[in-house]
Amino acid sequence: MDDSLLIMEGIDKSFPGVDALKKCHFNLKKGEVHALVGENGAGKSTLMKVFAGIYSRDGGRILYKGEEVDVANTRDAQQRGISMVHQELNLMPHLTAAQNIFIGREPLKGFLLDENAINEKAKNLFDMMHVKLDPRMKVADMTVAKQQMVEIAKALSFNSDVLIFDEPSAALTDVEIKELFRIIRQLKSEGVGIIYITHRLEELKEISDRVTVLRDGLYVDTVKTRDATIDQIIKMMVGRVIYESSPEVPKDRSQEIVLEVKNLSRKGVLKDVSFQLKKGEILGFAGLVGAGRTEAARAVFGADPYDSGEIFVGDKKVNIKKPADAVVYDIAYLSEDRKRYGLCLGLDVKTNIALTILNRLSALFGWVRDGKVYATAKRIVDQLSIRTPSLDQKAKNLSGGNQQKLVVGKWLAKDADILIFDEPTRGIDVGAKQEIYSLLNDLAREGKSIIMISSELPEILRMSHRVLVMCEGRVTGELDYTEATQESIMQLATMRNGRNANNHERNG
Amino acid sequence: MKSEAIARERGTRADAVQRLLAFGALLIIFVGFSLASPYFLTFSNIVGILVSTAVNGLLAIGVTFIIISGGIDLSVGTVMTLSSVMSAVFINFWGLPIPLGALAAIFTGTFAGFLNGVMISKLKLPPFIATLGMLNIAKGLSLVITDLSPSYFPLDSGWKEIAMGSILGSLIPGFEIPNAVLIMFGCALLAGLILSKTIIGRYCFAIGSNEEAARLSGINIDFWKTAIYALGGFFVGITGVVIAARLNSAQPALGQGYELDAIAAAVIGGVSLNGGEGTMLGTIIGAFIISTLTNGLRIMSVPQEWQIVVTGLIVILAVYLDILRRGERS
Repeated sequence: MDDSLLIMEGIDKSFPGVDALKKCHFNLKKGEVHALVGENGAGKSTLMKVFAGIYSRDGGRILYKGEEVDVANTRDAQQRGISMVHQELNLMPHLTAAQNIFIGREPLKGFLLDENAINEKAKNLFDMMHVKLDPRMKVADMTVAKQQMVEIAKALSFNSDVLIFDEPSAALTDVEIKELFRIIRQLKSEGVGIIYITHRLEELKEISDRVTVLRDGLYVDTVKTRDATIDQIIKMMVGRVIYESSPEVPKDRSQEIVLEVKNLSRKGVLKDVSFQLKKGEILGFAGLVGAGRTEAARAVFGADPYDSGEIFVGDKKVNIKKPADAVVYDIAYLSEDRKRYGLCLGLDVKTNIALTILNRLSALFGWVRDGKVYATAKRIVDQLSIRTPSLDQKAKNLSGGNQQKLVVGKWLAKDADILIFDEPTRGIDVGAKQEIYSLLNDLAREGKSIIMISSELPEILRMSHRVLVMCEGRVTGELDYTEATQESIMQLATMRNGRNANNHERNG
Repeated sequence: MKSEAIARERGTRADAVQRLLAFGALLIIFVGFSLASPYFLTFSNIVGILVSTAVNGLLAIGVTFIIISGGIDLSVGTVMTLSSVMSAVFINFWGLPIPLGALAAIFTGTFAGFLNGVMISKLKLPPFIATLGMLNIAKGLSLVITDLSPSYFPLDSGWKEIAMGSILGSLIPGFEIPNAVLIMFGCALLAGLILSKTIIGRYCFAIGSNEEAARLSGINIDFWKTAIYALGGFFVGITGVVIAARLNSAQPALGQGYELDAIAAAVIGGVSLNGGEGTMLGTIIGAFIISTLTNGLRIMSVPQEWQIVVTGLIVILAVYLDILRRGERS
């Protein structure tokens, strides 16, 4: 096997009390895209971190370029040509793109930093990736997708022989993923071995040559991608088959309008956004990242200001200036970034659930009734089957899927009528996704009205009763589930001002 | 799920370790000084320690709410002084009854806290800056109002009894523990209940843990932050009464530097300066560690300058141990 770049054999790794990896195998050839899949906690990231020198292994051996190696740390890994693009972005927000890429190896001009050199080099990297990014831009001012591109550029800057992508697509839109795939194919043709960890199985067929499946720290199998169906892979991952399905739309759809937004505008962000949300409906918000979907939702919820426009809840015009106002009208917003905006990670499960309704669970002088808090939390945890050893568990110790359920649980406790879900399944595994989907369907059936923002088209198509498509801060179209297809949505989502100048001149 | 259970186990163990650490440290200091000096473990000296803890302990209680909510209050020391000055104004200048003087102090502290809260929540000033400004304002006002000189309370007014009288002693003869100590423990208990059992306490943790998530949960952050600073100020006002009664005077030049001791007590007791973590019990133990050390070192005839150095070392050591503990957790 001359073209073998990496062979990992019988890798063991345990953390106190947990066997994260048990006799795992993995191999990678030159110029191959090898996908690594498995549910959360299956050991994908751990296996790759062992390879990349972030964790030390307990057993097994690693052959890299034909030699047995022991990668000591990240720096060692980088020198050997191994780079990892992490799931959690490791960038310094106050530094520019170029400064981030060349951190720790800044070229000097005398005693001074040579900013021009790194800006130049960063520009070349971005050009090579066909990404339009200013190397001088601060990372904090970029969208998550752009930050991801910086992270990838950083990995590329090491001229790596092996590039590990840990769920690179979680934060990217379909167009950006296409861009990423183009870059991956380019690297592949140059002989770079690519390891691609992902949750989005539909990507496997498009990008990978082989797939290795892990489950609960065990090696399940490695198959050629073209020989396997997605259903087979899912089956290997979870030990059960999950079927794709179309939206559960009730026969007699309610026409009662629970939320109406008219001409919502904010300079440079939103332009005359209008839509209606009906009772018991799941309204999908489709569009590319930066289309203004999150911004529109946050404005309705009072989390961001808006310049003009009207919001009606039922038939009452409301003035929502802060989230506390929105909550009064039973509107809930579940952020895409649950760690940053959704949960108090350092607090326990029951406190997080009770946070929205603490005043309801209290007696005179704000005395919190712990019994009621406990009972409410217990009810929610049971209802959503949130897997937690106890209600006193800190939120940060839950898995991604369970954290997401916890955020949902907060608003279930509040019994909100209008729920805005922003990327509800981002970064959670297949099984947990299914649970979130059936939860959304249950809520809609109970008469709750749901806005679901999603960058995954299959998810939009699968869940939405109606689809609202946005582009560059405007609503570019609305589709019933009967007329929504990947193509029709993408067409509306890319209806940019420049290209369709005629249609939008009056907005100017 | 297995790993979650493990994480929890480690989490609770770490919490227990923190409590043990503070308690253990206090115990070791106590035993150490008792062995080192025959004058340490005497009733009068223990009472001395208790009394000297009272003021710092009370200030630390106030500042604990604020630090847990992710803020900081540098003005507690001089606001305490301004509060005691206001009670002197009420009692000495205007001849009003003692209870009104005490109320004036408590109101002053609460109001200063309220203003801090408004500056921080409405004007969006960083807490460090807003309370630094308040530190100087309160210090300056105290000097202006008293015209730079201390104001003494009439000896027969009973003002001094608030802190130095002993209700306990009148109930149990021979058990002459001054009221200041009772006030501190009473406030600690009250503050502990507020922190762990009421909405405002829960919101301290929520805001300190993740302010944005709390805001998006529909919590009126501006209102609650203001309330939290005012609550801290309430305890600072009470401290103003205690120190004025203990000295039987309002000393306008006093107070600056007290805020750092109060913050130190909270930090030694396990309150995280990043917010979201801490207990009142820890804070009180922290205050006791500082005053016991100071007392013990004085008994051992260590010069006062060196006592201050030791306090500094203890703060650094306490935070370092906390970092070690956290490192183990992750």
